[in-house]
Amino acid sequence: MSFPEEHDYIGLTDSSSMENPSSSSIVSTESEKNSVLNLKETELRLGLPGSDFHEKKAGTGVSLFGKDLKDEVNNGFSQILLKNFVSGAKRVFSDAIDESGKWGFPLKGGSEVDMENCGSENTNTLQCSLAGPSGKEIGNSNPAKLVEDKKNENNSTAPASKAQLLGWPPIQSFRKNTLATTNLSKNNDDVEGKSGLGCLYVKVSMDGAPYLRKINLKTYCSYAELSSFLGKMFSCFTIGQYASHGLPGQEHLRENCLKNLLHGSEYVLTYEDKDGDWMLVGDVPWEMFTDSCKRLRIMKGSDATGLAPRAMQKCRNQS
Amino acid sequence: MQTDPNGPNPKKSKDSPSNSANTESTQSPSPFPDEVLEKVLSFLNSDKDRSSVSLVCKDWYNAERWTRTKLFIGNCYSVSPEIVARRFTKIKSVTLKGKPRFSDFNLVPQNWGADVHYWLLMFANVYPFLEELRLKRMTISDESLELLATSFPGFRALSLMSCDGFSTDGLKAIATHCRSLTELDIQDVDMDDFCGGWLSCFPEDFGSLEVLNFATLDSEVNFDALERLVSQCKSLRVLKVNKTITLDQLQRLLLRAPQLMELGTGSFQQELLPGQFGDLGIAFSNCKNLRTLSGLWEVASIYFPVLYVACASLTFLNLNYTALRSDEFGSLLAHCPNLRRLWVLDTVEDKGLEAVGSSCPLLEELRVFPADPYDQHLRRGVTESGFVAVSRGCRKLHYVLYFCWQMTNAAVATIVQNCPNFTHFRLCIMNPGRPDYLTNEPMDEAFGAVVKNCTKLQRLSMSGLLTDLTFEYIGKYAKNLETLSVAFAGSSDRGMQCVLEGCPKLRKLEIRDCPFGNAALLSGLEKYETMRSLWMSSCNVTINACQRLAREMPRLNVEVMKDKESDDSRADKVYVYRSVAGPRRDAPPFVLTL
Repeated sequence: MSFPEEHDYIGLTDSSSMENPSSSSIVSTESEKNSVLNLKETELRLGLPGSDFHEKKAGTGVSLFGKDLKDEVNNGFSQILLKNFVSGAKRVFSDAIDESGKWGFPLKGGSEVDMENCGSENTNTLQCSLAGPSGKEIGNSNPAKLVEDKKNENNSTAPASKAQLLGWPPIQSFRKNTLATTNLSKNNDDVEGKSGLGCLYVKVSMDGAPYLRKINLKTYCSYAELSSFLGKMFSCFTIGQYASHGLPGQEHLRENCLKNLLHGSEYVLTYEDKDGDWMLVGDVPWEMFTDSCKRLRIMKGSDATGLAPRAMQKCRNQS
Repeated sequence: MQTDPNGPNPKKSKDSPSNSANTESTQSPSPFPDEVLEKVLSFLNSDKDRSSVSLVCKDWYNAERWTRTKLFIGNCYSVSPEIVARRFTKIKSVTLKGKPRFSDFNLVPQNWGADVHYWLLMFANVYPFLEELRLKRMTISDESLELLATSFPGFRALSLMSCDGFSTDGLKAIATHCRSLTELDIQDVDMDDFCGGWLSCFPEDFGSLEVLNFATLDSEVNFDALERLVSQCKSLRVLKVNKTITLDQLQRLLLRAPQLMELGTGSFQQELLPGQFGDLGIAFSNCKNLRTLSGLWEVASIYFPVLYVACASLTFLNLNYTALRSDEFGSLLAHCPNLRRLWVLDTVEDKGLEAVGSSCPLLEELRVFPADPYDQHLRRGVTESGFVAVSRGCRKLHYVLYFCWQMTNAAVATIVQNCPNFTHFRLCIMNPGRPDYLTNEPMDEAFGAVVKNCTKLQRLSMSGLLTDLTFEYIGKYAKNLETLSVAFAGSSDRGMQCVLEGCPKLRKLEIRDCPFGNAALLSGLEKYETMRSLWMSSCNVTINACQRLAREMPRLNVEVMKDKESDDSRADKVYVYRSVAGPRRDAPPFVLTL
């Protein structure tokens, strides 16, 4: 019985770390463990929101809008806006996970999660149950492995303290997510800085996919990790397209995951924030993103045009 | 649902007074005409009674099947739509349950099955007068919802619990087409909530709803449409709104529906002006029939006083999404003397539970959920003393679900001495395999005390460090046990064997991460046909043993799911259930049917 390797989503195996050398480099190059979010990074202003970033990091800015956009603002859904936005959006996201492997915004405020947390929280992916590409579904492969490993190590039924077991304690999935959002607002006087609850489930849907998935945002420390995971998760849905275009086979696709997904096709990764607005993933520091992200949607670039006016709206409301 | 081994009779003509002409019938003809028998049997509602009746003789089997209107299928794969269609002709209400319960905890991969569509196709053909559909742990797509909405003109009640696979688009179809809808109950589902527009799809003059529960949905609905709906549905008795409904909106809804018996509030945190606060209090006080209160997300406890009048007659208070401290919880509870059921978050801590013991003497059911189930180092929440405090004050307690980090044998013994009437005892010590934290002994004596004292025990969930001794106790004493859930427990095969041999009424056995192997699995060969299902995951069972089980018991479906990294002989997840429909035809590739 052969099992496709897409199921190495847990990130514990070698192959996944090889596929994403950039993710570890991002986290490890963050020498400052200062946990103060640099709010200036997220300040949205009218005009060129990305201009700040342009100053700091030439060439790989997160600007949503091309320079032309300023003139086009009044036209709302004009074609040029559309084109600019789509290309701008694509540029943002693909730039963000470009060969340099760095996101287009300074990471100072962002993913300075300490490595330990990362390591242990990776086990939270145990909670995700996934199916692979249709026709080769396996189910929860690695999670059980972790359980078994623990058993073998300890020779007892009590697992190591930091590891989390799949499906334990027996709380229903919908409760986990609801509690996560409820408690975040309630426990203001609690010890924060602990990463809150161990999991934050959000749904991930992809336009055109027959079903959606749920992932635990707390298991990732950076956008790169998230993107690589999502790429693997959803690669099965785009395999057809790639095959028909004669692109390299499955192996290659796996390695390039989301980059291919976005470069070759017209998909953009977006998320719905606490206010109900759909935003492009990658704008804000990682922690701010996980705090406000309610769900994710991989949408076709053509659908993403609606984001532009709303993002502008947000600018106006918040400035 | 029992099947008749001889197969059902062909349809008989209603004109013939008796069926003594039927050569396949029993020796003595029925003492009264079939019409009378059918009339009598039509009063029978309980499934168990009907099952018994159908086994008496051929005549009774037929009379029963022609008069049954409510269908309950506890495992959708135990029977097939074809078999059901052949046997019953007048079904109006269907309850179907699908996935194994451990799918709630992500132990069952997506797309495992339990899709209702094939059933709906059959229903559309054979039961055009279908009125009610209640699904639990089934997959239902928007397409299925559309089929449902358009195939049954008299459709009235839809209840979806822990289901998945659909979106608000499907709800739109229901709202648009089901003109006689009385019940729309969506609970704990995994659905795609695109927008709240589905609510606006109810026709403008729609007025038949009695139950509306959309608490699980995230999106905002059109409030005007909701308000209009609520004022027109004069028989509305259950209304559970979602988080997006604010306090002042709630107040307006309550004014329109003072007859409500069950209310699920929205967010309870909006900043109110003094006048609004008073209005809200009046609105609540007007609801003289309120018995159940839930919702209460994001609560500002300063608003509790508006509830006090209504609390006096409450019998069920569901605070399992409300993070309350013990003091604010205590002051609310002081106004709820008539509570029979209470669901609460463990943020209230032991002190809060002491308040339960002193304020709610009529309490029968308590569920304490963990606010923070994954952070072992914080270890807040409740302990054994909270539980003991409740047992001291609430002698009628018979249902408990309790999540905690520590427990002692002595505490449990005290609890079951105070409350010997437990029918459902579900104790989850959240750190697996923990011994009694005071004595460091296994928790065997705790559960031994439970089964010895609580002779009416039907359902038991165990946790903590447990040896085979626990299972010996269960096998010896738990004679009414129907459902048993075991995790990280036991020392050897003997444990599972004790249970299989000793519990005559066992119907559902779910086991994970226990050292039970092939000998244990195979010791239940004959037992499994008397049960609904067996689930074993991360135990020591091999595929060969499962194959042997499948070979020797053809009326059992034995399904195995393998984990990727385990070796080829391991059966990582085993699901065994009896079925008259044979192996299922919709099993996904990762489910091996043996």
